[in-house]
Amino acid sequence: MEYFNKLILLFVSSALINNIVLSRTIAICPFLGVSKRVDTSLGMGMAVMFVIALSSVITYAVHYAILVPLEIEYMQVIAFILVIATLVQLIEMIIQKTSPTLYSALGVYLPLITTNCAVLGVAIMNIQEEYDLIQTLVNGIGVSLGFTLAIVLFAGIRERLELADIPEHLEGVPIALITAGLMSVAFMGFQGLIK
Amino acid sequence: MKLREIFTNGIFKENPIFKLVIGMCPTIAVTTAAINGIGMGLATTFVLICSNLVISLLKDFIPSKIRIPSYIVIIATFVTIVGMVMEAYLPDLYDSLGIFIPLIVVNCIILARAETFASKNPPIPSIVDGLGIGLGFTLSLTILGSIRELLGAGTLFNMQVMPNSYEPALIMILPAGAFITLGLLTGLINKFTTKMD
Repeated sequence: MEYFNKLILLFVSSALINNIVLSRTIAICPFLGVSKRVDTSLGMGMAVMFVIALSSVITYAVHYAILVPLEIEYMQVIAFILVIATLVQLIEMIIQKTSPTLYSALGVYLPLITTNCAVLGVAIMNIQEEYDLIQTLVNGIGVSLGFTLAIVLFAGIRERLELADIPEHLEGVPIALITAGLMSVAFMGFQGLIK
Repeated sequence: MKLREIFTNGIFKENPIFKLVIGMCPTIAVTTAAINGIGMGLATTFVLICSNLVISLLKDFIPSKIRIPSYIVIIATFVTIVGMVMEAYLPDLYDSLGIFIPLIVVNCIILARAETFASKNPPIPSIVDGLGIGLGFTLSLTILGSIRELLGAGTLFNMQVMPNSYEPALIMILPAGAFITLGLLTGLINKFTTKMD
C-alpha cells in the first residue's frame, strides 16, 4: 500500500508540481513551435506520450541489461539517443502500415520527437533517480501528461492572443515567451499539493 | 561567402536565440547565473565545431536516408566527451548544469547547423560557422544570465554588485523569470533591428 502511495505521489509530482515544461524547463522547443492551434498541440501531446511511455521502458532495459553488466555506463547518452531515434522510426513505420487514421493524426509529429528533449530527459532522469520499472513507467506517463496539459493550455491562450492588440515588436515569439512565464507562475501554485 | 561573413552571420544575423529562436531548453534552464551561461555556451560551441567538422568531412559517405541518426551519433560522441571532461575538471559547473549536459545532444541548434550548413560546405567554412553560431549562442546566454543574476541575486559572476539594501527578486531565478526576461529582450532586439533595416 505504501508503494502504491509512492506511485501516486510520483505521478502527481511529475505531471503537475515538477511540470516538465514550466518547472523543469525541458522540451521548450516543441512547446513554442507546435502550439499555435489547440488540435495540433493535442496531437503532439499524444504522440509524445506514446513515445515516452515506450522509450522509458526500453531505455530502462538497455541500461540494466546491457550497459551495467558490460560496465559501459558512460555510453548512456549515445545508446539512449540511438534507441530513441530507431524507436521513433519504427513506430512511424508500424503505424503507417497498421493504422492509417492514427498515422494521419500523429504522423507529422513523429519525426520531430527524436529531438524532443523530454524523451531523452525522462530516460536519463529515470536512471539518475534509480526508479524501478513500474516507477519508470508511471514517471513517463506523468511527465507526458504534464507536457500535454501545458502545451494544450498554452495553445488555447495563443489562439486568443491572435485577436488581442499587442505592441508591434512583441508580436509572435516575445509575447508567447511572456505568456509562458505567467503560466509558469500559475503552475507554481501546485507546489502546495505535496507537503 | 567569405569566412568573416560566415563568422559574424552566426553572431548577429542568424543569432540562434534571438533570431532563429532555437535551442530554447538550455537557454531558459541554465541561465540563472552568468557563469552557467558561459559554461553551457562554450560546451555547446565545442560540440558544434567538432560535429560540424566531422559531418563536413563525412558528408559524401553518409547515405542521405540515414543521415539524421548518423549526425545524432556523431553529436552524442562529442557530448559524451564534453561531459566527461567537465566532470573531471569543472565538477561545480558540471553539477549546476546537471541533466542539461547530456541534453546538448538534442539541442536543435547543432542538428540544424549539421543539416543546413556542414552537410553542404567544405570543412574550413563549417568550422567557422560552428564557431560563429556557438559564440552567438554563448553571448546570448551570458547576457540573459547576467540580467537574471543581477536582478535575482544582486551579484554578477558571483561578485556583489547591487547595494546591500537591494532586495533580490526571487522570480528572476525561477523559470518564470527566464521566460519573461527572454520575451522582453527578444522584443527589444526586434525593435532595434527593425529600425536599422
